[in-house]
Amino acid sequence: MAEVNAETLATSPEAVAQQLAASRYLADESLATAIFLAIRLGKPLLLEGAPGVGKTEAAKAIAEMLGRDLVRLQCYEGIDAAHALYEWNYQRQLLAIRHAGEHEIDIYDDRFLIARPLLQVLRAPEQRVLLVDEIDRSDHEFEALLLEFLSDFQISIPERGTIRAAAQPIVILTSNRTRELAEALRRRCVYHWIGYPDAAREADIIMLRAGDVAEDTARAVAAAVLTIRARPLAKPPGIAEAVEWANAATILEKGGSPWPEAFRRAIGVLIKDEEDLSYIAPELGRIVEEALA
Amino acid sequence: MTRDVDNPISPFTGRRCPEGADEGRRHGGQRPAPPLTCLPASSPRERGEESLPRAAAPLLGFGRLLRRYGFAVAPEQVSGFMQAVTLLGPRSMADIREAALATLAPPADRRDEFEAHFQSHFHGNTSAVVEGDADEETRIKDDGGADDERIEAEQRQEGGELSSALEQLSARDFQRDDDGLTAFRRKLSAALPARRSFRTVRTHSRGKLDLRRSLREIVSADGDVPSPLLRRRQTVPRKLLILIDVSGSMKLHTAGYLKLAHAAVQGADRTEIFTFGTRLTRITTALRIRDRDQALARAAAQVDDWDGGTRMGPTLLAFLSVPRFSSFARGAAVIILSDALERGDHAELEAAMRRLSACAFRLSLATPLAGDPRFRPATAALTAILPVLDDLIDGSSVKGLTDFILSLARPAPTAATMWKRVS
Repeated sequence: MAEVNAETLATSPEAVAQQLAASRYLADESLATAIFLAIRLGKPLLLEGAPGVGKTEAAKAIAEMLGRDLVRLQCYEGIDAAHALYEWNYQRQLLAIRHAGEHEIDIYDDRFLIARPLLQVLRAPEQRVLLVDEIDRSDHEFEALLLEFLSDFQISIPERGTIRAAAQPIVILTSNRTRELAEALRRRCVYHWIGYPDAAREADIIMLRAGDVAEDTARAVAAAVLTIRARPLAKPPGIAEAVEWANAATILEKGGSPWPEAFRRAIGVLIKDEEDLSYIAPELGRIVEEALA
Repeated sequence: MTRDVDNPISPFTGRRCPEGADEGRRHGGQRPAPPLTCLPASSPRERGEESLPRAAAPLLGFGRLLRRYGFAVAPEQVSGFMQAVTLLGPRSMADIREAALATLAPPADRRDEFEAHFQSHFHGNTSAVVEGDADEETRIKDDGGADDERIEAEQRQEGGELSSALEQLSARDFQRDDDGLTAFRRKLSAALPARRSFRTVRTHSRGKLDLRRSLREIVSADGDVPSPLLRRRQTVPRKLLILIDVSGSMKLHTAGYLKLAHAAVQGADRTEIFTFGTRLTRITTALRIRDRDQALARAAAQVDDWDGGTRMGPTLLAFLSVPRFSSFARGAAVIILSDALERGDHAELEAAMRRLSACAFRLSLATPLAGDPRFRPATAALTAILPVLDDLIDGSSVKGLTDFILSLARPAPTAATMWKRVS
């Protein structure tokens, strides 16, 4: 898709929702409003919610909608500036020093600089969409570093000086809330909580995402998944699992399995925990039949 | 300008809000009220707001109202809120609500409180209820169990009204008293079991070569190779997760347990506290308040099931089925403060404890019943969960518990081994 001005596309929440739907992402009114506001106010968008509700997908869809490249920074415990901003290639620097002998050499040249996601975003000539995924997994120190980056969109490399963003990136942060984020970060962002979709919306998502699934199947899967999610499972199924279940059941049905049986046999793609499987097994037949009714 | 209550004119766009524009949204049943139902108490002149349009006053007022109720709302958030409202039109009150949610970013566990303030400020609806527990992720799963068959207590024993599956809602106050919790708070962080972090620290021996610093040294020493500089993975204290039973049978102990929980949250960064009875409530945020009385009062207001029944198995399963909660238990020292008097079938309790044990570093159950020298883990529920417990200890005194928590880093024989020896 050709690059267009972000603000031209984001004329209203409804326009954003339509554009996202064209990128195969169904956003409800609240999410579309939050995305619209984030783009128009030029603020980062903080998406929180349970795993599997489509936070990362939302970022991908926004990038696709705007025709921008997505740069993803996956956070983890222990991530620091060297993993997020930049790192020098020390081995190459040492080799270069050895080869240079008596000659002068600039060991802080571009060829020794390894640009990590945040620096990549700043150096890009065009606007990028930056996804900082699972920020809650990083430490407080990293959050503080990110805060500095998000306020000025610049990085100071002692040996090279300050690098400023050519075009301010669109930033999306996601969090599973495994720890509370600093107030300072929350207040710099436009915030949105993504919950699991209701059955009708999930059926629409399944129809949009799955390959060749009948509408009735999508509705049945959505209804059954809603019931299954309300059970105390170790790993509640996400939207992607629901789509896979609908796909798998359809394939089995085409292979000759009758309906309730096809759903039961395909359950392995929905529930991926042995204990959960044995917990839900006695009820599964009834849940599927009720959903198909 | 005349105000038409049914069909108000937008103060931002000058357009008339379409009739019924609000309907079909989340608060579809409500009548759209003009956003000027509550004017701020002090005069705009005193606050230097004369230059702002009159219509902005309710928006500013909402920010101030939230601050009064302890929401952290920064000035830039309020200006973001006003910008957002302008950007959205607004075409209806739902737009103002969406703008408020997106820019003022209320914490997820105070969403209901935020909604109630919004309703009272913009709709003049003061009857909106402020709920204590607003955690969207647990509510569904908690509700699932609320309709369960209710079992009456079969017998009465010393220690309270005993565990029953009946839900009784009540509130409680806490008085200050003195105990050894200050020392406990000071020692806790250093006493918790440690694990290796992925973050590295400088070290003089036993580590990996620190190329970044080494290269700087080499360049500054003009090519000479100095002694190697090393880094090693640092150790960090493990998370501490305390689950407190607040059912009727634990009534005598919950006040002490909550004070202990407050000291633990204050003493170690990564401590999480939940209460459970007939439902599950996360009270960590409330206990982060430094002042103990305030923190406990806030926590007391959040918990709805004081002195009610117990559904230990289902509530623990609900805890484990919320991914972010179960991640609190992963690799953590988990302590359950409960008498484990589970009524009826204990299969769910057994499943929950097995799962907890599998993801926790150490799983301990502290029961006040173990304070009696004649106590033996003989009930069906305790016998079933004993093999997965690392510790089954006396939870009858706060002092005993603090000593136990401070000894968590030291290895000890498993609960089954210990109690076999005693029996």
